[in-house]
Amino acid sequence: MLVLVAVHAFAATIAPGLIRLLRQRALYLLAAVPAAAALWAALNVGRIHAGESVVETYPWVPQLGLDLAVRIDALNWLMVVLVGGIGALVLVYSARYFSADSPGLARFAVSFVGFAGAMLGLVVADDLLLLYVCWELTSVFSYLLIGHDSTRRSSRRAAMQAFIVTTAGGLAMLAGIIMLGQHAGSYRWSAIASALPTGGYLATALVLIVIGALSKSAVAPFTFWLPAAMAAPTPVSAYLHAAAMVKAGVFLIALLGPAFADTPLWQAILATAGLVTMLIGGGAALRQTDLKLLLAYGTVSQLGLLTVLFGVGTRDSALAGAALLLAHALFKAGLFLVVGIVDHATGTRDLRELSGVGRRLPAVAGFAIVAAASMAAIPPTAGFIGKEAAFAALLDAGEAGPLILAGLVVGSILTVAYTLRFLWGAFADKPGLAPTPVTPPGPIMVAPVAVLALAGVVVGIGSPAVDRLLARYADQFSAPSPYHLALWHGVTPALLLSLVVLAAGVALFWAGHRGHRVTLRLPIDGATAYERAMSGVDRIAVALTGATQRGSLPFYLGVILVVLVTLSGTALIVSAPWPRSVRAWDTPLQAVIGVLIIIAAIWTVRALRRLTAMLLVGVSGYGIGVLFILHGAPDLALTQFLVETVTIVMVVLVLRRLPPKFSERPIRSSRLGRIAIGVAVGVVVAGMAFVAAGARVATPISTGFADLAVPFGGGKNIVNVTLVDIRAWDTMGEIAVLVVAATGVASLIFRRTEALRRRARAPRPARIDAPRMPRWLMAGTSPEARRQSIIIQVITRLIFHIIVLFSVYLLFSGHNAPGGGFAGGLVAGLALAVRYLAGGRAELNVAAPVDAGMVLGAGLFVSVGTGAAAMLFGGNVLQSAVIDAHLPVVGHVHFVTSVFFDIGVYLIVVGLVLDILRSLGAEMDRQQQEADDDLREKEPA
Amino acid sequence: MTPNLTYIVVIGVLFATGVTLLLERSLTRVLMGVILLGNGVNLLILHGGQAGEPPIVGTTSNEQMSDSLPQAMILTAIVITLGMTAFLLALAYRSWQLFGHDEVQDDVEDRRIMELAERTEGPGISETDDAQDESPDQETVAIKAGGGR
Repeated sequence: MLVLVAVHAFAATIAPGLIRLLRQRALYLLAAVPAAAALWAALNVGRIHAGESVVETYPWVPQLGLDLAVRIDALNWLMVVLVGGIGALVLVYSARYFSADSPGLARFAVSFVGFAGAMLGLVVADDLLLLYVCWELTSVFSYLLIGHDSTRRSSRRAAMQAFIVTTAGGLAMLAGIIMLGQHAGSYRWSAIASALPTGGYLATALVLIVIGALSKSAVAPFTFWLPAAMAAPTPVSAYLHAAAMVKAGVFLIALLGPAFADTPLWQAILATAGLVTMLIGGGAALRQTDLKLLLAYGTVSQLGLLTVLFGVGTRDSALAGAALLLAHALFKAGLFLVVGIVDHATGTRDLRELSGVGRRLPAVAGFAIVAAASMAAIPPTAGFIGKEAAFAALLDAGEAGPLILAGLVVGSILTVAYTLRFLWGAFADKPGLAPTPVTPPGPIMVAPVAVLALAGVVVGIGSPAVDRLLARYADQFSAPSPYHLALWHGVTPALLLSLVVLAAGVALFWAGHRGHRVTLRLPIDGATAYERAMSGVDRIAVALTGATQRGSLPFYLGVILVVLVTLSGTALIVSAPWPRSVRAWDTPLQAVIGVLIIIAAIWTVRALRRLTAMLLVGVSGYGIGVLFILHGAPDLALTQFLVETVTIVMVVLVLRRLPPKFSERPIRSSRLGRIAIGVAVGVVVAGMAFVAAGARVATPISTGFADLAVPFGGGKNIVNVTLVDIRAWDTMGEIAVLVVAATGVASLIFRRTEALRRRARAPRPARIDAPRMPRWLMAGTSPEARRQSIIIQVITRLIFHIIVLFSVYLLFSGHNAPGGGFAGGLVAGLALAVRYLAGGRAELNVAAPVDAGMVLGAGLFVSVGTGAAAMLFGGNVLQSAVIDAHLPVVGHVHFVTSVFFDIGVYLIVVGLVLDILRSLGAEMDRQQQEADDDLREKEPA
Repeated sequence: MTPNLTYIVVIGVLFATGVTLLLERSLTRVLMGVILLGNGVNLLILHGGQAGEPPIVGTTSNEQMSDSLPQAMILTAIVITLGMTAFLLALAYRSWQLFGHDEVQDDVEDRRIMELAERTEGPGISETDDAQDESPDQETVAIKAGGGR
């Protein structure tokens, strides 16, 4: 069975290709898929008949105990027949309904077959979570199908409305399912049913599930979406709104019924909601002039009836419900298809305009009458045996029986009346109206109608066989009963009621026809409530967005920081364990440096010139570096000094283009506000630092690092071993961030793709033709280089290679002494910066004749590759190995694989600095030069 | 562990000055705020571990070493601050190139929604005029018209 569902999914994916190949004829092929489901059901009828269940289970998410569990009993079997059989018939019909050039045909095919698959999954699922997934999938596909005509606003609205109502209900249902599942410890319905909770817990879960079922089946108070959904193409309505989707809710009620029927709440809610729906729907159907809407309200009414029957929860009412479920699917799908034919043949569905169609389309009219007979419960149709059973069941259904029966009788009278109205509206000759011109439909469009209409009669005549099958389901309800579905029970009260209903229905139709308007206003207008709710949500969204999204970055930051101060500050004052002792410093030198940092930081805030401010930031940064040394963190100090230096180079490169002073100072009050927030945050964070240090009592995890570093990491520098081994995953993430940052910088400065390509080309320097002139730099004769001091050029020449060598030394020695990939990379980057400063961008290109992106990519590749390689050798990702080998000539080699990881880090840092130099340096130079050239060209003119 | 008062004061000042600059509109100032905050955070993390001798095996006893874990965290943080600085600098330069200044402007779209909210207009108030609503883009058009009023 699960294979069949998978086949639906597969067919849906290849549907667009088939449509492109065969146009609308592909629908014939696709019809084979749901037909296969119906065929499967036909082949397994014996097992169901014998009372067996077809069970299939595949593990899905074993960790959650989720299985793709399928269980097919009589009820599921009935639904499979309907979903598969009617799906196939409607697809065949659609092949003629749509023309070859219908827009969105491929989308229709995908959605329709997808829907059929989801619906199939829904009706066979034993695992309620699987059922829920399929449930929501049908909502999604129904959204696509109702909104088929996506250029019309009304159809988009209808689709959205149906989607929101059914998924909102679905969410409620999910909550209910989870409540039941958690209680039972399983999500299999077969398990849950025997482990139900009690009391308020059960009631809550039950109400939530009922909300889901009612919303899906358009039962009050959720009726309104179904008539609006008639914006869908008629085949969609025939399938979704007669046979399949709207039956999902009723199906769920029927499925859960045997377990819940004894709960009074269950019966009360379903009987009330169902009866109200039946009467509202029937009354509304009598007022419609659009044939399709008439049927839609009729469907609403019938869904109400089904809800009542399954909700009453006796054995006989469930039997009647199952019979009517079958009957309704057959006649209503058929009648929808009839409307489609009439619409196609005449171009209208308005019963005030149609006249004499019956004469011109006798076959269609004939089948429509047969189907309608089932709707009005006239023997020998399926509708008749169902309705009879319903009356009989309610005649002895306890104290609430008579009341419900009365409602049912009134509803059935309405049903007879609107059935007549439908037949009269579609086919009758109307006095004073010229016969409507008719284009006859092909036999392929009529055939599905014929099959559905005749099936209704076959079920009626073959009622004993149907009875045996459906009784397998109905017998699950507690009280046994000898009642059988049959055409003739003798002269019983139920038969008399049927006759009364028929007579009254005819009378009502005539009365209405004569101009007496039957008015049955909707007491609860769900549509208005929906509109109000939706516009309310929109309104709240605007108000909320307007209130919170002020569009000002300082405002947002301010709010965040004030929250930080308020919450953390309060927590600090109220409950923090304040430390009892405190020391002023580790060494007095810390205080000296601290004062320096403080002065530099405060001065930065007050500075008016960009360069001054930036240098002061640098001073505080170097100060931090000294603090690192005093703390006993040489690696940090080294990196901090290098980073500060690179930062200053970078900042100077950019600041040469920006105005020297900050722009006009904003108003004083806002400045004071900023300072206030700043000071508050400073105080709170200082308090946090104070408390956090004092609160630390556990032994740090890193005390063990020292003993692990040498045997497992193969290095003596614990910080470096931590970076490339113990916490290498962190480092991997961080170097990825660097790559992203570098890419961001490049894309901001190289604004056009063309410029980015130039960046890739840049490394090929133009040949410099001045070989005889003595020069210190490779690009020494370029105009930029000539502007620089010769002393700088000489020094650059002397130290460049030494710096690069030093960087490599740092990289390799870093495992055992301060250094490592980060520091080494920064040093190499600084070497490049020196070349650039001495000789301009041409010199930079000579020094590093590669694209920065290549360096970054290579670095990431090496690092990740090292990690992955460890896996290939059977270790964990990023696990390092220590290799000791004795090589001829070289001698003893001691070697740790994590050094490759560090080489990757080195390359990425070099790439980052190179990228910065290329972007903030070379490309800015070029842009400036371009601007200067433009200016010079304009000047003479 | 006893708190180190010098660290605490320096952390407080770095956060105070960093936040003050962060709340400015000039991107260059924001950048400097970010750097100061970065230093403050690094010091805060460092303060969580004990001070001591450099954590290099063999140079000192394990008990006298400084805590190595915060150091490893800070090391990468320092380099990431460098990347961030470069990015903000590029942003400031780009802003200057495009608008002639490096100030963060208010988001115009947000402002517009704010005005809609204050005038109680916009989606949820004036809609459902279906008569003229057959064009697919009607909804967006309606909102734009609302902004112009």
